[in-house]
Amino acid sequence: MINVTGLSKSFGNIEVLKEINATINEGEVVVVIGPSGSGKSTFLRCLNLLEQPTSGTIHIGSDDITGVKYNPLKLRSEVGMVFQHFHLFPHMTTLDNVTYAPMKVKGVKQAPANKLGMDLLIKVGLGEKADEYPNRLSGGQKQRVAIARALAMEPKIMLFDEPTSALDPEMVKEVLDVMKSLAQTGMTMMIVTHEMGFAREVADRVIFMDEGMLVEEAVPAEFFASPTSQRAQDFLQKVL
Amino acid sequence: MCDWHQPLTSTLSLFLQEEEHMDFQQIIPSMPYILQGIWVTLKIVLIAGVLGFIIGIVLSFLKIGRMKLLRWLADAYTSIFRGTPLVLQLMIIYYASPQLFGVQVEPYTAAILSFALNSAAYISEIIRAGIQAVDKGQREAAMALGVPYNKMMKDVILPQAMKNILPALMNEFITLTKESAIVTVIGVTDIMRRAYIVGSDKFTFLEPLLFAGLIYYCMVLVLTMAGKWVEGRMKKSD
Repeated sequence: MINVTGLSKSFGNIEVLKEINATINEGEVVVVIGPSGSGKSTFLRCLNLLEQPTSGTIHIGSDDITGVKYNPLKLRSEVGMVFQHFHLFPHMTTLDNVTYAPMKVKGVKQAPANKLGMDLLIKVGLGEKADEYPNRLSGGQKQRVAIARALAMEPKIMLFDEPTSALDPEMVKEVLDVMKSLAQTGMTMMIVTHEMGFAREVADRVIFMDEGMLVEEAVPAEFFASPTSQRAQDFLQKVL
Repeated sequence: MCDWHQPLTSTLSLFLQEEEHMDFQQIIPSMPYILQGIWVTLKIVLIAGVLGFIIGIVLSFLKIGRMKLLRWLADAYTSIFRGTPLVLQLMIIYYASPQLFGVQVEPYTAAILSFALNSAAYISEIIRAGIQAVDKGQREAAMALGVPYNKMMKDVILPQAMKNILPALMNEFITLTKESAIVTVIGVTDIMRRAYIVGSDKFTFLEPLLFAGLIYYCMVLVLTMAGKWVEGRMKKSD
C-alpha cells in the first residue's frame, strides 16, 4: 500500500532522513520507534507531504505522490493524520471539528455529515461532548476527537505522530484503546510512539530508526526479545 | 452650555494667574462651527480607514504569500510609508499632485488618499502578525485534512487571527483619528483647522484649541469603548 524508496530529507545542511526504504502493506499496523531526533516524525510527515522529500519516491497505492504533477490535496484526503498536540480547531465545537473537512472538502451535506460525525464521536466514546468546545476537554478527550476528525474523511491510511506524548499518564490508555480498536477494524496504520507496551501488543511490525536511518525492522516479539543491531539494543536497554 | 462653562472657566483661570484669564464665553458662538468639523474629520477617517483596511488586507496576503516579488513589493511599500512622516506624505500628495498625476487634487482627496495609503502600511503589518501568530499546527491540521488554501484561510486561520487583529486594529483607528488633525496643513477645515480659524478670528487661541482637544478626546473615548466591547465579545467565544 505504501512503498518508500531512497527517501531522503534535508533541512538546510542537516540531513534528517537518509535513504529510507520501507513497505507498508494494506491493513498492517507499523510502529516506528527510536530516540528523539532520529527522524521518525519527519518520515511520517513525508508520507502525507507535510514535508517535501528532498529525494526518493513514495508510492501510495499506484500513485507516485512525489511526482511533480501529483496533487497533495487528493493524497491528504486519503491519508489521515493525528498530531502530538491534537491541533483541534478551537473556535469550532467538537462535532464541527469532525464534520468540517467532509463538508468543505468532499461536499457532504450538513445532515449526513452530522450523522457521520456523531457516529464517530460515539465510537471514540465522546458522543455527549458533541457541542462542547475543545478547551473544555481533557487532553485524552481532545486526542480522541482528533482521531474522529481524521477518520471522518474515511482515509485508507492513518498516521499517528506521537499521539500520547503530550498527555498526562492517566489519559494515555483511553487514546491507545481507541487506536487499538481502530487497528482491529483492519485500518492501515503507521504510528510513531514511545509506548513500547502498545507497540508490542498491537503492532504487526516495528521499525527502529536512528540518526535518520532505518536501522532495523521486525515483528515486535522478535524485535523486543532479540534486536540484532547494537543501536537498537542500546535504545531498548534505556527505555525498557 | 452657559451653565457649565462658568465654574470651569473660573477654576481654570486660577491656574493661569491674573492677567491672562481664560474666557470660553467669547468662543461660544463659534462652537457650532468647530463642532461641524467633526463630520469633516469623521468623513476623512472613515473613508481612509476603510480604504486602508482593504489595501492592508491585500498587502498582508502578499506578505504571507509564496510569490517572492510580491512579498518584496509589499514589504518595500510598508517600509517606505512607515519610514517617512505622514505629514510629508500628505504634502507630497497635495502639493506635488500636478507633477505626480497631472492634476491638482482636492485637499479632501489628498487627505483621504494619504491617510489610506499610510494606514494600509500599518494595518497590513497588524493583519500579517495576527495571521502568523495563529499556531502553525492549525494550518497543518487543515492541510492534513485536505482543506484547500482559501477555505483554510477563511474558516480556520482568519477566525482565530481576528482575536489578535481586532484590538490592534482599533488602536490604529484611534491613531488615525488623532493624526487626521494634520490635514490642517493643507487647509481642510476639520476640527483642528476650525479651532485655529476661530482662534485667529478672536485673537485668543487657548480656548478654541482646548475645545478642539476635548472633541478629539471624546471621539477617542468612544472608539476606545467600542474596542473594549469588541474585545469582550471576542473573549466570550473562548
